[in-house]
Amino acid sequence: MKENWPKLIFVTLVLSFFTFTFYLYTSTNFIYTKEYNRPIAQRGELIWQKYNCQSCHQMYGLGGYLGPDLTNIISAKGRSEAYVLALVQTGNTQMPSYNLTEDEKKELIEFLKSTDASGVSDPRSFKINLSGMITKNGK
Amino acid sequence: MESENKTGKYFLALALIMLILGLVFGVLAATNYIHPGYSKSWLNFSQLRPIHVSCIVFFILIGASGCVYSGLNFIAPNKIKKPISFIQLGLWLIAIFLILFAYLNSEFGGREYWEFPPKYSIIIAAAWLLFLINFIRVVIKIKKWPVYIWMWMTGIFFFLLTFSENYLWEFPYFREHFVKDMTIQWKVNGSLVGSWNQLVYGTAMFLMEKLTENKKGAKSNLAFRMYFLGLANLMFNWGHHIYTLPTENYIRYVSYIVSMTEWIFLARIIYMFRQTLNEAEKLSHHFPYRFLFASEIWVFLNLMLSLIMSIPAFNLYTHGTQITVAHAMGTTIGINSMILFGACFEFLRRNNSSILKPSKILNFFFWMTQISLFVFWITLIIIGINRGLWQMGPQTDSFSTMMANQSSLFEIFVIAGILLMIAMIAIAVALLNTFFRDTFLKAKVN
Ligand code: HEC
Ligand code: HEM
Repeated sequence: MKENWPKLIFVTLVLSFFTFTFYLYTSTNFIYTKEYNRPIAQRGELIWQKYNCQSCHQMYGLGGYLGPDLTNIISAKGRSEAYVLALVQTGNTQMPSYNLTEDEKKELIEFLKSTDASGVSDPRSFKINLSGMITKNGK
Repeated sequence: MESENKTGKYFLALALIMLILGLVFGVLAATNYIHPGYSKSWLNFSQLRPIHVSCIVFFILIGASGCVYSGLNFIAPNKIKKPISFIQLGLWLIAIFLILFAYLNSEFGGREYWEFPPKYSIIIAAAWLLFLINFIRVVIKIKKWPVYIWMWMTGIFFFLLTFSENYLWEFPYFREHFVKDMTIQWKVNGSLVGSWNQLVYGTAMFLMEKLTENKKGAKSNLAFRMYFLGLANLMFNWGHHIYTLPTENYIRYVSYIVSMTEWIFLARIIYMFRQTLNEAEKLSHHFPYRFLFASEIWVFLNLMLSLIMSIPAFNLYTHGTQITVAHAMGTTIGINSMILFGACFEFLRRNNSSILKPSKILNFFFWMTQISLFVFWITLIIIGINRGLWQMGPQTDSFSTMMANQSSLFEIFVIAGILLMIAMIAIAVALLNTFFRDTFLKAKVN
């Protein structure tokens, strides 16, 4: 028995890991706050990946660091769908210009709408608690 | 001696070549920070970054595989099935070739750190499956595993598992809600890094056992407790990457609590520091050990940074800033690469010959690596702090103004990066030189 304690702990950890993973996969507690077309947005995410926008841009702070976070670009002040499409078409000093098809444009925009509808990425939207934990303002 | 099993050496040599490529492309990518868009017409940042990161990831994965094979060959000489390992190596070569070719053609489709077209991941998974088979064939016959065999087993198994999980997004079900999708993605990324850390840290344990000839350490209860702490972190601490995602609170709490157990690692390093220094005194003439010692210092520095970043309140400031980059590169260079270098110095020499005594010049490059890495790391942290204060402040400056204000810091970052590249390439070339002399000129020498 004394010999076997590593095996026991190993099995316990692995089982908890799989339980946690399964729970995460099947949990449905995620909600959207705004409207958008789900299937088109799902394809849009693949467009985002196809052109590797993530190498310079972030979603919720995750991604490359050369350009700004784009989670909420669609609803940001002074920005619009047209603005995004124009910028993607022309590029800037760092950003390449992209020749998207009409379908791709629609899908990309719908994807950006879905990220916008999924929540707010600005870290200032959190409140800091005494325990060091954070909670969303207003929740 | 004739049939010396060289399997591990071939993997280590390929790993070093990937390292050299990775370093060069790192500098090419970084130069975009001080000359915006300078490379846009030939290779833009969206190509350079994935080339850099993929080469580096392959360096670590292939290097760790080489270490495991070399270690196994000491534990159970000539038990590794060569045909399996050579097919594995061949698959890696094919994958590398196809992936680099895709990047050069701006073909992406994957996700962060794995931006290449997803179909190529099958080749990597196949190579890894062969590795798992080869490994199990050997270790199954070993009784009472020392902790490093547990760690290698864990690393190989969990890599395969999480690498497959890494592609679940191919099924629309997993892309139904963006936040859930991101949650799973960063669970995967955390565990993938945890898996290769098991391989690399296991190698460090193995090397220490070999160098100090203390066979008890790797079977002690303490070693196993530390292993389980590492494993728990591999499985459950990933949430500290996504504190700011609007996920459920339990995910934050689990990772916050699990991450904080890493203080135990820190305490252990401080507690053992005396012993580490004693060892250092005894073994410092030995080049492989010197790299292991350096990695311990980097573990200490990076642990302090990680612990701060893992407190959600601080994470609001550090997340999405160059502090994350400092953390990522600080650990992969300071810890993983140092251990892999140490292992290469040990494993790439022929049967105890001492070709790689620390010559003056190698010693110089060793110190150049450490010092430039320190400057590189600190500069990234400072850039990150500035950005963190900006993102939590009123943001009166625009994003591009905030970046432009830091241009002199970015210059220091790039210069330190160039020095780091030169120093690490020099060491890698010295190691490759030994390998090639040993392998291809052997017939003439003997
Ligand atoms: C090589 C790096 C790079 C790549 C790749 C890249 N961008 Fe950009 N992008 C930037 C930079 C840098 C800026 C910020 C320029 C500024 O603020 O002056 C930017 C700005 C933007 C903006 C405007 C943000 C704002 O707040 O005004 C949008 C929208 C955008 N990019 C979308 C995209 C999309 C969509 C893709 C992929 C098809 C993409 N970018 C790929 C570098 C990149
Ligand atoms: C062994 C050496 C190196 C390793 C292991 C390494 C590892 C990494 C890793 C893991 C990342 C991803 C970071 C993240 O997304 O958080 C990264 C990104 C990066 N690295 Fe390195 N790196 C190395 C050397 C260098 C060097 C010498 C340079 C040159 C200055 C460099 C420049 C960069 C840049 C510019 C990025 C992208 C950061 C961004 O998105 O803006 N790296 N590296």
